[in-house]
Amino acid sequence: MSTDDAHDPKFGEYGGQYVPEALMPAIEELTDAYQRYVLENEDGFMDEFRERLADFGGRPTPLQYAEQLSARYDTDVYLKREDLLHGGAHKLNNALGQVLLAKYMGKERIIAETGAGQHGTATAMAAAHLDMPCEIYMGETDIARQRPNVFRMRINGSEVNPVTVGRGTLKEAISETMRDWATTVENTHYVIGSVVGPHPFPKMVRDFQAVISEEAREQAIEKTGGLPDSVLACAGGGSNTMGMFAHFVDDSEVDLYAVEAGGSSLQVDEAEGVAPNSATLSTGDEGVLHGARTKLLQDSDGQIMESHSVSAGLDYAGVGPELAHLVDEDRVTPVNVDDDAALEAFHRLSQDEGIIPALETAHAFGYLEQHHDEVGDTVVVNVSGRGDKDLETVIEETSQRDLDIAPDMSLFERVGGGGL
Amino acid sequence: MGLERAFADEPAFVPYLAAGDPNYEASLEYVEALARGGADVIELGLPFSEPIAEGKTIQNAIVRSLEAGMTPDRFFEFVEDLDVDVPLVCMTYYNLIYQYGADEGPRPFVEKAAAVGIEGLVVPDLPAEEAGPLRRACDEFGLDLVFIVAPTTRGDRLERMLEQVSGYVYVQARLGVTGAREDVDDATEESLARLSDWDVPKAVGFGIKTGDHAERIVAAGADGVIVGSALVDIVAEGHENGDSVEAVADRLEAKASELKDGALRGASEQPQPERT
Repeated sequence: MSTDDAHDPKFGEYGGQYVPEALMPAIEELTDAYQRYVLENEDGFMDEFRERLADFGGRPTPLQYAEQLSARYDTDVYLKREDLLHGGAHKLNNALGQVLLAKYMGKERIIAETGAGQHGTATAMAAAHLDMPCEIYMGETDIARQRPNVFRMRINGSEVNPVTVGRGTLKEAISETMRDWATTVENTHYVIGSVVGPHPFPKMVRDFQAVISEEAREQAIEKTGGLPDSVLACAGGGSNTMGMFAHFVDDSEVDLYAVEAGGSSLQVDEAEGVAPNSATLSTGDEGVLHGARTKLLQDSDGQIMESHSVSAGLDYAGVGPELAHLVDEDRVTPVNVDDDAALEAFHRLSQDEGIIPALETAHAFGYLEQHHDEVGDTVVVNVSGRGDKDLETVIEETSQRDLDIAPDMSLFERVGGGGL
Repeated sequence: MGLERAFADEPAFVPYLAAGDPNYEASLEYVEALARGGADVIELGLPFSEPIAEGKTIQNAIVRSLEAGMTPDRFFEFVEDLDVDVPLVCMTYYNLIYQYGADEGPRPFVEKAAAVGIEGLVVPDLPAEEAGPLRRACDEFGLDLVFIVAPTTRGDRLERMLEQVSGYVYVQARLGVTGAREDVDDATEESLARLSDWDVPKAVGFGIKTGDHAERIVAAGADGVIVGSALVDIVAEGHENGDSVEAVADRLEAKASELKDGALRGASEQPQPERT
């Protein structure tokens, strides 16, 4: 959904450019490049991007009718299969776009941050594909729970720099990547992994991801003869969400649900500075973090809270400013499901449809399980990524719970658990 | 709006410490030691949980201060409890300023800061483009708003900043984040040259560690030097070694004297020693 507003940094009151002065010239340079290459297709940038998305990335991804779920919910459920994109998640759309843009801008080095590792993996793949050196910052906690993706980044030739401050998750990794960028800004491009950060990142990442809803909308019309009643996508920072919603925003008859991580509880422990969830749209307050004004999980003083989700990819205290704006405008409905519901949905989709989803994605299906009566006769759910990366977490978390739907875990325990 | 006065007669030494590092009581002693050592303006850090412009040294100081219970309201109490006759500047991130006022924007924070005697603000994540509401509040309550000029700042951006800056301009000596270094970067002189016609004092920070550094910076044309990490290192080492508050304060005072003396030596080496 390209727009011609490259120089408008705001979504209502949200967005903006709250960064150290040293970064501002690079952000102005990037805004100019976004205008020329992405919005105006200068030098055929968008043509090359789309060609590489097709040949290297495997687009278009299918819109699949989910037979078992449709029967279970008595609702036509369609799955946008971003898990089939190269790398196993929607993240490649943005990573490929930004690394290619960096190349057009004459940058010599790529840095990125990652939470679940999917963005880091996608960036490492795009950097290898386009022959750019790449370093990725990742919190220690996330490195421990996302080992397969760490290894994939290394295999693709990227350096992975552990971040040890704080709780060692995405928020700390973003801060650390901004510090690197402030030091190397003259030759380095920072590939932000979601629709967050200072302008133009929220708009530019949305535009790179909007290919998801561009395809899904056309495919839905082709398959069903009309638009769906509802579109569901999980929401952490919000890149698959905005990608999935972008081309439906103007279709007022389509309900848009952003499904957040309810974690273990929606209650916060302000004294400890901990929110046991990542439900920023549902429970956060307006503030300024990582370059943008948006909704945040913060205490009454404005200190950012540690968030929680069983899914590393949703475990972030902020959210994209455009999503915050669309929620305020009542265009997007923020909802959430807890860790247990997401895990149950993970197993259900795996067993019923033969699709092992990312734990992020499983949140959207958890909401569908609980609220299928409310989403209309036709619903499209974005399968934002595949779940291979989450198997160690799923084994550990499933072992700690009594889930009827889960497979018998005793086999894993007999052979020592974990260690895939 | 009076921070300029601190730069009027001689080059200013502007130290930084995170308020409340490693705890409230010790930090009061440490800030007062800086004043005894010759500080002309003191930048007091109000700790924010995501300090994206800071290097490891100040990040760790912020963690210690937050863990010891520092909050914006405690910070204002801290300023009131300080016994120093030196202008104080609050250095913090925009979310704390913004959040203090609930739905009223930055005005309540500035009003409170002015009430306790803060004379200026430095906000590392607030570029001139976003500074309008804070600038208006500072004007209303008579606070200076200090902006940071980076080595990458050029052209229109300088003009925009010049329209809003007051008190002094913080000249970032090198790209990157805060942290003491072993040398002085050429970017300093280039940045000072770009600001040569600005009618506001120019204080150079980022990486200054020794009296010799301060001397070179001032000799290159700066009106003052800002030193943070080299002082925070002294606090951190004292804390880790279990040294007495008095011993650490003495070291801070001595370091402050070294830096101030270096700045004074640098003034005598400036091409045009007469100062306005």
